[in-house]
Amino acid sequence: MLQLKDLISVLESSALADNIRENDVLFPLVESVHVLAICLVVGSILAVDLRLLGLAWIHRSVSSVTRGVLPLTWGAFVVAVGSGGLMFISNATKYLGNGFFVAKMVLIGAAGLNMVIFHAIGAKDLSRWEEDARLPLPARFAGGLSILLWVLVVACGRWIGFTMQVG
Amino acid sequence: MLKDLSSWLAATPLSHTIQTAGWIIPTLQTIHILAVAVLFSSAVLMNLRLWRLLQRDVPLPEVARRFLPAIWPMLLILLLTGGLLIIGEPRRSLLNTTFYLKMTLLVVAIVLTAGLQWSLASVPEFWEKDWLRRLAARLTATVSIAVWCGIIFAGRWIAYTQVG
Repeated sequence: MLQLKDLISVLESSALADNIRENDVLFPLVESVHVLAICLVVGSILAVDLRLLGLAWIHRSVSSVTRGVLPLTWGAFVVAVGSGGLMFISNATKYLGNGFFVAKMVLIGAAGLNMVIFHAIGAKDLSRWEEDARLPLPARFAGGLSILLWVLVVACGRWIGFTMQVG
Repeated sequence: MLKDLSSWLAATPLSHTIQTAGWIIPTLQTIHILAVAVLFSSAVLMNLRLWRLLQRDVPLPEVARRFLPAIWPMLLILLLTGGLLIIGEPRRSLLNTTFYLKMTLLVVAIVLTAGLQWSLASVPEFWEKDWLRRLAARLTATVSIAVWCGIIFAGRWIAYTQVG
């Protein structure tokens, strides 16, 4: 744990972190990019989740929807992690001490786990049913859980701003 | 006049409730952002289809039918949550130039989206007849994405440009 603490203090005292913390324009700019990217992640994943739940795109196969949407999701996710990381290093210690920040990270991890488990178990025989309008229960469950988790991620993200004084 | 309106709004019982219950403003903002997420993703996915970068296997009118109509109910949620946020903290936006920039951009985005949706609904092949129209479609969609981006940036910037 000591090493992690050292790493954090190195990050926090870097020139980059200093700039984000002190510059009046840089933090809002990074934050705006973060909001924009998060919106694309959550909105595009929702399209897949609604397909899994049988509420949208039911005439298209699951893989046709994921092929058409997930490249945007992953691209936006990279930008969200990059911009989020910049905000994080500007005040790492304070963020780590904020319950909503920790909850947000755990929820993102849970959303990732949900996806991995769905791919490994739920979608093993995907090709057999992916054209159906009504999908097997595990697929619908994964879609519903994903929506819930991402809504909570956004809520925690907004709550960080109200429970932590930065800058 | 805007100052009077702000003071009057801030004195209403509804504004008082929103101000004093600490959870209401973050909740409204969360709903606001989630609606932006759906709206903005729909607009971007539509744009990427027009550029033939994603969903090439799906006909353009079908993509438009899926994504463009989703924008209007989201706008309603945005106006509602945005309206409540203004009632809760009137000075934050009504006396803020960034807020008016956001509203101006919003009008432009609405006109562009409505135009795109209406044209595709009345003539499905409207934007694919020749190369000039294909170019115009890409241009329109790209400008509309840029305007939506501007709206999101302005929205975040309202928090940093409030007076007093």
